Amino acid sequence: MKNKINNLKIINTDILIIGGGGAGLRAAIEAYDNRINNAKIIIVSKSLPGKAHTVMAEGGIAASLGDVDDKDNWKVHFSDTFKEGVYLGNYKMIEILVKEAPERVYELEKYGALFDRTKEGKIMQRAFGAHTYKRLCHIGDKTGMEIIRVLEDQVLKRNIEFLDELQITKIFKHENKIIGAIGLDLKSGNFILINCRAIILASGGCGRLYKTTSNSLETTGDGLAMAYDIGCELIDMEMVQFHPTGMVYPLGVKGLLVTEGIRGEGGILLNNKNERFMKKYSPKRMELDARDVVARAIYNEIKIGNGTEHNGVYLDISHKGASFIKKKLPAMYEQFKEFADIDITKQKMEVGPTVHYHMGGIKTNPGTCETNINGLFAAGEVAGGLHGANRLGGNSLADILVFGRRAGLFCSKYINENKRANFDIMSNLLLKQQINLEIRRINNYLSLYSFKSLKNKNNNNLVVYELLDLLKSTMNENVEIIRSEKSLKNALKVINSIKNQLKNIKVNGTTKYNRGLLACLELENELKIANCIIKSAIKRTESRGAHFRSDFPKTSKLWKKNIICKKQNNSLKLTLVKVPELSKNLKKILAD
Amino acid sequence: MNKIIKIYKSQENKFKEFEVPIQEGMVVLDAVIYILEHFDSTISVRWNCKAARCGSCGAEINGLPKLMCKTRIDSIKEDIEIKPLKIFKNVQDIVVDVSDTWEIKKKMPGFEIINKFSNKNISTKEMKIYEIDVERAQEFKKCIECFLCLDSCHVIREHKTNYIGPMHVVKTASFDMNPIDKKIRIDFLDKNGIRYCNVTKCCTEVCPAHIKITDNAIIPEKERINDKKIL
Ligand SMILES: Cc1cc2nc3c(=O)[nH]c(=O)nc-3n(C[C@H](O)[C@H](O)[C@H](O)COP(=O)(O)OP(=O)(O)OC[C@H]3O[C@@H](n4cnc5c(N)ncnc54)[C@H](O)[C@@H]3O)c2cc1C
Ligand code: SF4
Ligand code: SF4
Ligand code: FES
Repeated sequence: MKNKINNLKIINTDILIIGGGGAGLRAAIEAYDNRINNAKIIIVSKSLPGKAHTVMAEGGIAASLGDVDDKDNWKVHFSDTFKEGVYLGNYKMIEILVKEAPERVYELEKYGALFDRTKEGKIMQRAFGAHTYKRLCHIGDKTGMEIIRVLEDQVLKRNIEFLDELQITKIFKHENKIIGAIGLDLKSGNFILINCRAIILASGGCGRLYKTTSNSLETTGDGLAMAYDIGCELIDMEMVQFHPTGMVYPLGVKGLLVTEGIRGEGGILLNNKNERFMKKYSPKRMELDARDVVARAIYNEIKIGNGTEHNGVYLDISHKGASFIKKKLPAMYEQFKEFADIDITKQKMEVGPTVHYHMGGIKTNPGTCETNINGLFAAGEVAGGLHGANRLGGNSLADILVFGRRAGLFCSKYINENKRANFDIMSNLLLKQQINLEIRRINNYLSLYSFKSLKNKNNNNLVVYELLDLLKSTMNENVEIIRSEKSLKNALKVINSIKNQLKNIKVNGTTKYNRGLLACLELENELKIANCIIKSAIKRTESRGAHFRSDFPKTSKLWKKNIICKKQNNSLKLTLVKVPELSKNLKKILAD
Repeated sequence: MNKIIKIYKSQENKFKEFEVPIQEGMVVLDAVIYILEHFDSTISVRWNCKAARCGSCGAEINGLPKLMCKTRIDSIKEDIEIKPLKIFKNVQDIVVDVSDTWEIKKKMPGFEIINKFSNKNISTKEMKIYEIDVERAQEFKKCIECFLCLDSCHVIREHKTNYIGPMHVVKTASFDMNPIDKKIRIDFLDKNGIRYCNVTKCCTEVCPAHIKITDNAIIPEKERINDKKIL
C-alpha cells in the first residue's frame, strides 16, 4: 500500500518499444523471434494500431534490386546516398542500409506485401530524386500503408502486447541503465508506470515543430525530448528536410505532401510564366535533383515573384493521361480532387515546400542501434546520423525496416545477456520521487489542480494554443530553407520567451483524452528540440544539404563534422565530431 | 461566413454549439480544431494524418458515418452535428473504444505464404507475380480501417449477432485474394456471422477508400462458402 500513488497502474515487461510505426513494428518482430526465456515485449503508441505516421508514406522504398535497371547495385545506392547527404552521413550505417534494403523488401513480400509489378512479373521500381537508377519499390502511392499492414499481421501472429493511445512522457534510468518509463493512458486518464529492462525508441520525427508540414499530428518529437532529458546524445539536429512539393491550398491542407512520385513518373515544375524553371537550377537532373536543390529552387522562384496565386509553383502531370495517373498515383488524384477541386489528369497542381523529415536524431552505434545509455536503442526517424545533410526519397522506409530489425535484434541480445530482474522502481525512494514529480509536472497543467485565483481567469486555458502557434510560425519563418545567424537568433529569443511562460499555462479538463493537455506536453517537448535545432544551426557556419545559411552560402571542407547535442548540468552542450574517414574499399566505390 | 457546429459532449450527454468562421475548402476537422483552439480545448476527439490516410477520425456527421478530415463543410447545407460512431463503446465525446477490432484481427487466420516460398532460405527474388494477379487484392489493401462501414451496417447497429462486419471481411478478402497466400478462410467467415449480411451495400456507400465491399469482397466470399457446402 505504501507504494501507492493515485491513479498509477504498474506493468512489467522485458522490452518496451515506444512507437508503432514501421520501425517499432519491425523491431518488435525481430526482438520476439530472437528472445529467450519468453521475454515479454510491449509496443506502445500514441495513436491507434495501424495508424502511425508511416501509413502516410507514399512514393516507395529504396532498394537496389535491379529489377527495372539491372545496372543497379548496392554500390551505386551507397554512393548516391553518401553524396547526397553531402558527406555527412555515417558511412557504416549507409553501407548497412544499402546492403540490407533488398532483403527487407523481399521479406515484406514473404509477409504478404504486393508490390506493383513489371511485365516480367518482377518488382516494379520507379525513378526518384537523385537516385541514379529506378530504385523505388512501391505499391501505387500507398507504400507506407502496405508496410504497416503486413508488419502488423506479423505482430498479430506473435505474443506481443500492443498498448495503444498510451503516451510515454518520461524515461527512467538508474546508474546509466534503462529501468522503465511512465506515460498517460489517454482513454482512461491513468498514469502507467512500465518497469522494463530495455527500451527501443521508435517514436518518429518532429515535423509538427513547423507550421507547414506534411507530418501527422503525432510527430511531435517526444522521443527526442525524452532521450535528451536523460542525457542521450543527439546528432545533426540542424538538418531538417523541406520537401519541395506540398499542397499550398486550401489552407486546411497546406503542407500536405504531394509525392515525389509525381515527378518520378514524369511530372514537371512550372512557374507563373509557364517556364520549366528547373532548367536554370539543375539543367541535367531537372525535377529529379535532390530534395534540397529542388526545394531551394521553388523557394527562390516564389521569392522573385514567379509564384502562383497561392504562393507556390505549378506541378503538371496531365500529359501522362488519365488512366496512367489513376493507376500510378491514385491517392494524389483523390487528394487533389477531394481537397482542392483539382483534376490532376487535366489541371496543374499548385505546390510549395513543406517540412517533411528530420535527418537529425538520436546518435546510435551504427550496427547495433545502441545509444550512450545502456539498454536504450533507437531506430527509424527518431535516430540520426544515417542520412547526413539530406535524405533521399525512399531511404527512410528502407531505414525503418533495416534498422528497426537491427534494434530488435540487438535489444533482444542485450536482454538475453543481461539477465538481471526488473528493477523495482517503486522500491527506490529517489526514483519514486521522480515519478511523483513527473505526475505533478503533468497535473500542474490542469487548472483543476491550481489555486482558485488562477482557475477563474477567463480563457487563460487557451493560451497554450497561442504559444504553440507562435513557436511553429517562428520555426517556419526563421529556421527555414534559408537561414542566417540573425534569423536563428531571433528564433532563439522567441523560444526562450515561450519557455518562460510555460509555468503559467493552465488548461481545463482532466487527464482523460484531453487535447488541451496534450498540447501543453507537445509544447514543452518541442521547445527542447527547437533549442537543439537552432543552436546547432547557428553553430554550423556553412551551407550543406538541407542546411543553407545566407550568411555562409558555401560548403566548407572544414565542416566535415557532425554536431552533437547533449544535456549537461541542465543546459545544452554542443560538441563537434569529425566525420570518420571512409574505408579504402568505399572510397574506391565513390571514385568510380 | 459562419457555420453552426454542434459537437456531442458525453459528460453532459448533449450537444454543445459553436459558431465557426468558414474559409474556402475547409473540412469538418478544420472546424473542430478551430473550436479546440478558440473555444473549448477539452473536447475529446481523435485524428492523426488529417489526409484521409489513417482512418482515425470517423464520426457520425449529420447522422452519416464519415471521416472528419475528408468531409468538406461546403458539402453540408444545414448546421453540422458531430456524434461519435454509434456501434462502439464511448470513451469520451467523439472518441470511441475500438479495441474489439484488434481482438478480431488477432483471431483471424493471417497470411501464409504458398509452400514454394515458405522456406526461409529462398528469396522471393525468383518469385514471378503478375500485375493482373495483384490487382484484385490491392483493392482491399486500400482499406484504411476507418470503421465507417462497421458503423453503417444495420446488422451490427440493430441486431445482436456475432457478425464481425464488413471491414474484417475486407481484410479477410485481402488475404484470400492474395495470389501468394495459401490459406482458405471460409470457415472463419462462416463461424463469424457473414451469413447475417444481406448485401444491402450500405457499407460500400460510406467507404472513403471506394472499395466495392459488398460486390467484390462479401459476395465472392459468401459464394465460396456456398460452393463448399454444396460440395
Ligand atoms: C506524407 C509522407 C510521405 C512519405 N513518403 C515516404 C516515401 O515514399 N518513402 C520513404 O522512404 N519515406 C517516406 N516518408 C518518410 C517516412 O514515412 C517516415 O520517415 C517513417 O515512416 C518514419 O517511421 P518511424 O517508424 O520511424 O516513425 P513513425 O511512423 O512516425 O511512428 C512513430 C510512432 O511512435 C509513436 N510515438 C511517438 N511519440 C510517442 C510517445 N510519446 N509515446 C508513445 N508513442 C509515441 C507514434 O504514436 C507512432 O506509433 C514520408 C513521410 C510523409 C510525412
Ligand atoms: S452489405 Fe452486408 S456488411 Fe454491408 S452494410 Fe449491408 S449487411 Fe452490412
Ligand atoms: S472498407 Fe472502407 S469503410 Fe470499411 S474500414 Fe476499410 S476503408 Fe473504411
Ligand atoms: S485523420 Fe487520418 S483519416 Fe482523418
